[in-house]
Parts: sequence; structure tokens; C-alpha cells
Amino acid sequence: MNSSRTAWLFLTPALLVLGVFFLLPVIAALVLSLTDYDLYALANIHNLRFVALQNYWALLHQPLFWSALGHTVYFVAVGVPLSMGTSLGAALLLNSPLARCKPFFRTALFAPVVTTVVAVAVIWRYLFNTKYGMANFVLGHLGIHPVDWLGDPHWAMPTIILFAVWKNFGYNMIIFLAGLQAIPLDLYEAARIDGASAWRQFRHITLPMLGPTLLMVSILTVSGYFQLFAEPYVMTEGGPLQSTTSVLYLMYDEGFKWWNLGSASAVAFLLFLIMFAVTALMLKLARRGHDGEPA
Amino acid sequence: MNPRLAKALINGLLIGGAVVALFPLLWMLSVSFMQPGEASALPPPLLPAHATLGNYRELFVHAGMGRYLLNSLAVSSVITALSLAFNLMAGYAFAKLRFAGRERLFQALIGALVIPAQVAMLPLFLLLKYIGLVNSYAGVIVPAMATVFGIFLVRQYARGIPDELLEAARIDGAGEWRIFGQIVLPLLKPIMVTLAIFSFLAAWNDFMWPLIVLTGQEHYTLPIGLASLAREHAQDSELMMAGSVITVLPVIVLFLAMQRYYLEGLLLGSVKG
Amino acid sequence: MNLGGRPHRSLHLRSIRCGLRLACVFLCAPLISGCGHASAENHELTFWTIGREGEAIIKLLPDFERAHPDIHVNVQQLPMSAAHQKLLTAFAGGSMPDMTQLGNTWLPEMVALDALEPLQPLVDHSTVIKPDDYFASIWATNVVGGKLYGVPWYVDTRLLFYRKDLLKAAGFDAPPRDWAEWRRMLAALSDLQQHTYGILLPTNEYEQLMSLALQEPDPLLRDGGRYGNFESTGFKRALTFYVDTFRLHQAPPITNVEAGNPWSEFGRGVYAFYLSGPWNIGEFRKRLPAAQQDDWSTAPLPGPDDAGIGAAGGSSLVIFRTAKHKDAAWQLIEYLSQPQVQQRFYDLLGDMPPRRASWAGGSLHDDPKARAFREQLERVRPTPAVPEWERIANEMQLVAAQAIAGELTIDQATTEMDRRTDRILEKRRWILDHTHPSAEANR
Repeated sequence: MNSSRTAWLFLTPALLVLGVFFLLPVIAALVLSLTDYDLYALANIHNLRFVALQNYWALLHQPLFWSALGHTVYFVAVGVPLSMGTSLGAALLLNSPLARCKPFFRTALFAPVVTTVVAVAVIWRYLFNTKYGMANFVLGHLGIHPVDWLGDPHWAMPTIILFAVWKNFGYNMIIFLAGLQAIPLDLYEAARIDGASAWRQFRHITLPMLGPTLLMVSILTVSGYFQLFAEPYVMTEGGPLQSTTSVLYLMYDEGFKWWNLGSASAVAFLLFLIMFAVTALMLKLARRGHDGEPA
Repeated sequence: MNPRLAKALINGLLIGGAVVALFPLLWMLSVSFMQPGEASALPPPLLPAHATLGNYRELFVHAGMGRYLLNSLAVSSVITALSLAFNLMAGYAFAKLRFAGRERLFQALIGALVIPAQVAMLPLFLLLKYIGLVNSYAGVIVPAMATVFGIFLVRQYARGIPDELLEAARIDGAGEWRIFGQIVLPLLKPIMVTLAIFSFLAAWNDFMWPLIVLTGQEHYTLPIGLASLAREHAQDSELMMAGSVITVLPVIVLFLAMQRYYLEGLLLGSVKG
Repeated sequence: MNLGGRPHRSLHLRSIRCGLRLACVFLCAPLISGCGHASAENHELTFWTIGREGEAIIKLLPDFERAHPDIHVNVQQLPMSAAHQKLLTAFAGGSMPDMTQLGNTWLPEMVALDALEPLQPLVDHSTVIKPDDYFASIWATNVVGGKLYGVPWYVDTRLLFYRKDLLKAAGFDAPPRDWAEWRRMLAALSDLQQHTYGILLPTNEYEQLMSLALQEPDPLLRDGGRYGNFESTGFKRALTFYVDTFRLHQAPPITNVEAGNPWSEFGRGVYAFYLSGPWNIGEFRKRLPAAQQDDWSTAPLPGPDDAGIGAAGGSSLVIFRTAKHKDAAWQLIEYLSQPQVQQRFYDLLGDMPPRRASWAGGSLHDDPKARAFREQLERVRPTPAVPEWERIANEMQLVAAQAIAGELTIDQATTEMDRRTDRILEKRRWILDHTHPSAEANR
């Protein structure tokens, strides 16, 4: 009967929202990126020019775009492995039969995930203050010179990476924990009987069994980390010397600070293309490395 | 390895991890009760010498934090309610109702997940400008009324509903809306709770879009208000910590109360892909 | 495209109850205007202020509201660092207030966007606002293309705050008159070992470099604001002086975020000079102990060869074209322009009045610390009146920061500044060259 009609009725509200407020703007962004839409055009549409690929061309010749991309890639390349390593380590600890008070530790380690980025970034800004911050105070006791965490262009990004790892590792930890719990215990039992060390068990049982989970988690984490914005916005305002200006920060500045919407859309699309290429590459590599199916 | 040593090591590492994870939050709480200027001292004090509520008073009386808190509550609640309704309907339809192109449409939606939301933001701003929703609560709410992730989550869960149950109701002559309301929704209750928490937290913590679309401070949500204060009052660490407490505390409490549902949803959304 | 021609403002959703009606917003978009309620009945004048002015203005308003019981003023404070962006966003989103405080260097931008109400007719009929009484260069910054768009509210020119006692101890009896003498003082007052510096120049603020650059005869832009002119000899000389101050360790290469509390550090003698604006008179009075109040003073900027020129900065009061309460806004502007109100404003905040009558009385008249500003104000020069100036100044400072860090030489830096500036001005050149009949931006 009209079951198909019912289905569409159920779908309409959500699809309408996604279509009008997501899909349509995405298509519009593509069009926008081919124009020089800016404040002048916002004031008077006659000041709008179609510029074809000029925005993209100009971006590729702009050192700031490359340095922003460099900072973003730095953040992803260092932050993702560090974050996933921490998650996996924490999950292994929590999964160990020797661990006590597991629910408490699980909650404690997960707590940073639910907090608001802006609020905890503000906390970190003070903890990592050069003069009065707790971080330098502790380092001082260990005999290490104070580090200008957020003021030194070489240290600002590592500090933000540390912050991101602290904030995010709990999320993947939970996923890994579930993955670990799904590994049949008799596999380890058999390995132990064969005399395999803990490391060999990890290498030959845990890692392969976690494979699909690892792949999926790394893809999600990579795309999440590519969207770096709130952390530098609150902690460094993109500085010092623009050393924490990410691609998204550049898009925000270009688009919503200076209102060059055309060029900002081009930034957004380039970021999308790069993210797409990176995830596709990861999938491909994973497929070649494993015969297992992707999650 | 010696089992006792291993046990000590594992639990020691866990304790260390928990300290690192919780210290900044506890420190925030402690500093928020300090007198202005007290935290900027060496060695950095851990506890307030004379605890005061002055920072909170300052925030609520002068800095408009109460307004931001109400805004955040209102915006997050409305987003939660609406997105829950829309996502439940759509997720159920994708799981249990038959229509041409169902799988292809669903695949397309999942495919759209690779597009970062920020790509849409610039034109979305212009769109909302023409509808007249810039600088209104609606400007934040409307684009968040449905999410691919939410639909996905509901679909995953709703696929577990036995078809026979629905067929039986249809044979009994129940309308589709009645089936949805009286049979499906009660069965979806756990995922509803999960999704509600997810939506609420996401809306509460959202930063970039509200930052863009809310231009007047009377509409600011907590994160926006806090970021704006942080730029003005950078040197007043005690005040800022109190602001952070107000921003973070509600979500932490919500999480602690509903932890089980939240973590279940997290796993459902990621592992069963 | 406005739905039914209803003003945006009618959509303010005041409560969560209204949120439930939101479903209608997207299901039947044309009906949304039914969701809000017209706010026309309340005479609420929205007034945006930038930085700390909002706190002071609240104390001046009760008198105004008593005199005008039908007007309620709703003051909103924009943080200084986000103000420019907020104003543009408000314009882009069509959510401007009735009136705002506006930095006079941003005025051309708002005019180019056709966002401001011309004020000449109102001034002509005003008994309060007399253009002749205002400092001429300051008034001139409010005139774009021959039309008046703002009334100066307070003036802001950067000059030197200095520690008299430290200068004296180093053998200098008077503040510097030219750059060479200034350099000698900075050298004498800096000590790398003791972490003391001649001056604090936050590397993320462009005002200091700009103040130096305005001393030089070369304009910052050339060909009617079509191209950058940073490669001129004059600018290079200013940039060299600026960068040398860091290279010689006479200023620490830090941003104002890291500088933390500059007032107490000035008090402790970490910095002997501080290049800043008038509001800091009040801050230093408030934050330094009474015993130290005689140890500091202010001085006009030294020039390359003789007495220097300051930037004709400051804020104006403007009314948006879209304002719903233009009359009320003008009444508030007139109120805030009265000399005795401006004197109270100065007492509250230290913001200096733009008209000579306000300087003639009150505490301002006798204040020795304000005298340097009064002197400087007769010798100020405006920044280029192009809409892109704010962005150009930002880019200039970003490049200058790289030069400070030693990543660029002076020549490389100025070339880079011109390159960036020319790119930013590309659209302006196009608009100037393609005069479109309806292009408002072309002035």
C-alpha cells in the first residue's frame, strides 16, 4: 500500500534539514569558491566577480596557506599516533585482569572528553603559563628550565597537541576497550600454554584482532584532528608568529574575520579534498596490508 | 613478570593517568574559589587560602554569565528535543520501512559524513542571513535539528526490532504513526536516552558555529561567552576558572549521571559500523 | 529577499517556548515571521561599545534616561580584540545595532559598505555639536568622500609613558625629542642580565609601528590608496628603528598575551617606556601605589628629527542606516558630546575628549599627565582612509613580527608587506577602475 509514502513522511523532516542546511550550502560553497564574494559584494552584489579557479590558484601561491597546512599536518601526524597510543595504552591497562577499581578509572580517564573545549583550553592556558603555570613549576623542581609553552613558536603546537591528547584520548579508549573485551580469552590461553611473552601476545593476538577497530578509529581521529580550530582560537589566537594557525583557522579568519567568503570557501574545499585524499589513502593502504575487510 | 609487581605497575599507571586526567579539572575548581590575584604566585597555590564565592558573584552579577547559562540550557534543550524527534523518525524509516532507493539513500548520507561541516558554514551563514536567522537562537538550532550520526545510531538500534511485531500490528489495523508511537518508541527508549545525551553534550560544547552566527552577546552560549571573557580578562585567572566551572560542571554532572547510556551509544555508533 | 519585508529583529526568540514552534520554521519557512513578536513598541536603543567604554557609559546613562524617559539604552560591550570582526559580522548578518562606537580608522570601511547614516544634516541643526570646536584632524577622519558619518567621541593617540626617576638616574632630565636621543635612552635603560628593557612594544599590536611610520613624510599607501607604499625610504627607516629596538634587546619580543600585567612591570621598572594610549593614565593611577605616582609621566612622541606626529586615532559615534531609533540615537550622541559629560567621561575612564571646550574645564584642564596628549593632539595625522586599512595594518604587523624574529630582513619585510597589501587592494583597484553606477563602495 502506501508504506513507501509513510517512509517518506518519516524521512522528510530530517532530510529537509540536512538538505537545506547542509547539502545545499556545500554545493553553494563550491560555487562561492569560484567567485570573489567579499564585503564589497555583500554590500552590493554588482561587485561580485566570477574568478574561476583564481582563489585556489592564489591560495596555492600563498605562503600562509602552506604554513597553515603544515601546522595542521604536524598536528595530525604527531597528535593522532600519540592520541591513539595513549588510548590503546589506557585501554590495555583497564582491560588487564590485575586492574582494580575499573569503573572509577574508566570514568576518570574519560572525563576530559565530555568537557567543553573552550573551558578546558582556558584552564590549560593558565597551567602552561610561563611564569606562574603549574607545568613550569613542576619542571623547575626537576631542574628543567622554564619553557615558554604558548609563547614560543616551537613550543606552541606541541602544547596544543598535548592538550588535544589529554582532551580526546578517553573517547578512543572506550572503543578500544570494547574491542579488547571482544577478543576471545582462549586465544590468550593457548598462547600462554605455548609460552608466548606478553609482548608477543600483544603483537600476534591483540593487534590483529583489533585491526578493523584500529583502522576505523584512526580514520575518524585523523578527520577529527584535521578540523583543528577551537584549541588555537582560545589558547594562542593562531600565534605566536602564526605558528598555530591551522587550515580551519585560516578559513575562519579569511571568511568570518575579513569576509572574503570566496577565498574562504576555496580554503574549505581544499581542506575537504586533502582530508578525503588522506582517508582514501589510509583505506587503500589498510586494504593492501590486510586482507580483512574495513569496518 | 612477577604478578605482584605487574599489579602494582598497572594500578600505579592507572592512578597516574587518572591524576593527569583529573588534575586540571580539580585545579580549576580550586582556583575558582581563590581571591583575585591569588593564583598568580610562586609556588602556585593548590588550595585557596580563604575560599570565596566572589568570582561567581562577579560572573553572574556583572559579566552576564547567568544569561549565557540560560541561553546554553535553552538552545541545547531545544536542539536535543527536535533532533531527537527527527532522527528517530528518519532512523526508524531507514531501518524498518520499505521504499525504493532506501539503501542507496542511506549510503549517500553516510558518504556525506566525509564532508567536514565547516565547508557548509560560509554559505549557511548567507542562507540564514536571507531567512533572517543570524543572531538568533534559531540560527544555532535550525542547522542542528537532524544529524547523519543520529540517524545512523537509531537505524543501527532499530534494526533489532523484530519485523513480526510490526507486521502483527499492521494486520491488527494499526496506522503507521500509531505503530511508531506505541510500539517502536518504547522499544527505542535506551537509544533515545543515549541520543539525547549525545545531542545535548554536542550542542552544549559546540563552539565554531555559534561563534559565527551569534553576533549579539544577549544570545551568547556559555562557550562563546567564556571565550569572549577570556580575551578581555586574560589576567584574571580566578574569574576565568569560575567561568570554566560554570561551563563544564553541567555536562560533567550529566555525564556522571547517565554514563552507562553515553558509553553504550558511543560503542554502538562506532563499532557496529 | 527578506521574508515579507519584516525586519530581522522581529525574530528574536526570547524563550524556549518559542523554540517548540521552530518546527514550523523550516517546515513552512514563509511562516516564520509569525514566530517572533514585533519589538517596535519598546523604544530600546541598542548601543555597542568597544572595550572598557561600556562600563563607564553605564554610569553616564541614568542622567540621559532621566531626561529622556521614553528611551531605554541597551549597552553591549564588544571585547576590544573581537570588535572589528563583530562589527563586520553584524553587517554581514544584517544584525546591526542602532548605533555604535567605531574606531575612526574603521569608519571608511563601514562607509564603503554603505552601512552608516550621513550626519551632516543633523549636525547643521545641532546646538550642542560645533565642528569648529573639534580638533581638525580628528574631525576630518569622520568625513569620507566629503560626507560626515561620525561624531568624534574621544581621541586616542599613542605617546610615551615614561619613568621620570629611571630616566633621571640614567642621566636624562627630559623625555626624548628625536629618535637618536630616544635610542640612547633605551640603551641606557636596558639590561639583558637584569631582564629590564627600555620599552614594551607588544609584537601583536600594530599601533606602535604605525605611530612610528606616521612620523615619516611618505604616505603608507600610494596612488590614491591603490597600492602599498611600504618600500618607501621613510617606512623603511621607521621599521628599522622599530626592529632594531628588539634586536638591541631594548624591548622584549613578546605579545600582549604574554606580557600579562604591563602596569605592575612598569612600576617595578621592567620597562622604562611604554608606548600607549590615554586610557592608561587611569590604569597607572589605579594600579601603581601612591608613592610611585610622581615617578611617571607622559611625553609626546619623538620624531625622526624633531617633535613627532601622532596617529589621529580615537572613536566616533555613528548611527547605522538600518537603525530603528535614529532620533533617539542622535539625542544620545548630543548628550555624550556635551563638554561637561565628556569631562565626567574622562574622570571615569581617562578617555580624552575631542573638543577643545571639554579640555577647558574640569580635572582635565589641570592634569599634568594629560598635557602631553593635549600637545600631541594638535599634531596628529590620520591613517589611510581605505576600507582595507585594518587588514593591511594587521598584515603589516604580522610581517614586522617576522622581521623581529629575524626571519626577514628589512628589505624583505617591506617587499612582503607591499606584496600582501597589493593583493588586498586588488578588489579596490578594480572597483575604482570600473565605476559602476550603483557601486556604493566607490567613493
